[in-house]
Amino acid sequence: MKIAVTAQGVTPDSPVDPRFGRAATFVLFDTETSESHAVHNDQGVNASGGAGIQAAETVSRLGAELVITGHCGPKAFRALEAAGIKVVVGAAGTVTEAISRFTGGALQPASAADTDEHWS
Amino acid sequence: MRIAVASGKGGTGKTTVAVALAQVIAGRTRLLDCDVEAPNCHLFLRPNGVETETVGIPVPQVDAAKCTACGDCGQFCEFNAIVSFKTEPLLFPELCHGCGGCMKVCPEGAIREVDRPIGVIEHGDCGGVELVQGRLNVGEALAPPLVRAVKAYACANGVTIVDSPAGTSCTMIEAVRECDYVVMVTEPTPFGLRDLKLAVGAVRVLRIPFGVVVNRVGIGDGRVNEYCHSQNIPLLLEIADDRHIAEAYSRGETIIGAVPAMRSTFAQLFHRVESECHHA
Repeated sequence: MKIAVTAQGVTPDSPVDPRFGRAATFVLFDTETSESHAVHNDQGVNASGGAGIQAAETVSRLGAELVITGHCGPKAFRALEAAGIKVVVGAAGTVTEAISRFTGGALQPASAADTDEHWS
Repeated sequence: MRIAVASGKGGTGKTTVAVALAQVIAGRTRLLDCDVEAPNCHLFLRPNGVETETVGIPVPQVDAAKCTACGDCGQFCEFNAIVSFKTEPLLFPELCHGCGGCMKVCPEGAIREVDRPIGVIEHGDCGGVELVQGRLNVGEALAPPLVRAVKAYACANGVTIVDSPAGTSCTMIEAVRECDYVVMVTEPTPFGLRDLKLAVGAVRVLRIPFGVVVNRVGIGDGRVNEYCHSQNIPLLLEIADDRHIAEAYSRGETIIGAVPAMRSTFAQLFHRVESECHHA
């Protein structure tokens, strides 16, 4: 399974970016090969509006089946749901830590947005 | 003739000047309050018999039976208002700018437009001054279409006065464009000067002739006047800082109501603007 983690840097030891739509990067992690690579979220960061929707399109195009992030607003959640991508919220620490908390069962996919729009 | 009253900085006296200009040419003017996020001319003019109409923008609606989920609409939209993950498109109408592009690129003709209300236009008579104002719905981000709808009320023959929003944003540009002259109202302070320069920059790009009214003369310093002089910008009028005017304003009284001598001052301002327009 391909997991996209919102991050503030390009390596797996970067801190998780608590924002989804305007996250600096997405670190893509493949659970089968344990390989990862980072993609910059320039379109989301620079979007005047609808950054979460834009980010959902980006991770969908990258083939992610799951997103791990800090928070997810209502528009982004609707878009991810339509794209068939599950979203885990409440992640913190590094990308690697967030992934192991998810694989260890400490973090579960969310059933709804956990924040209002434009929360930060 | 269309005269816009604008400024860089807020709170310099745009509404005071716009209302006074309209009052001295009452009977042949329409005042358009284009500050649709906070229209306030009505507080001073108190229109009678106000009529209200709803203004909307066209947003897409998808016919699921015709949609093949090709995703062309979502590819086209710059505002993420329509998006498709190889599914029937998701719509986010509050992000839509109403350009109609998704409808044009849809190869199946599956998209049609429906109206989404963004605000209202209210119009009423105020003793010879016809007031038309836009009022954007609370929480709505997209003001320019409403400003355009208000400006459609510009009179064909008489004089239209446009009260513009402060700043140099899209709404200000929309308010002043296609006007024949811009009266810039500023105050003689460093803030007033800084924002005046920004507004001058914007209006120069639009190639509209303009002049400056300095309000509350006596506060601040002389740098606004020096700037106007160095840039060859006509200094149209200086209004002294007067507590009496401020108190009247706080009670919703016009400057002419508070200081009757201002009637001839603003009549002169109007004639000056008129002649500046003819020379331009």
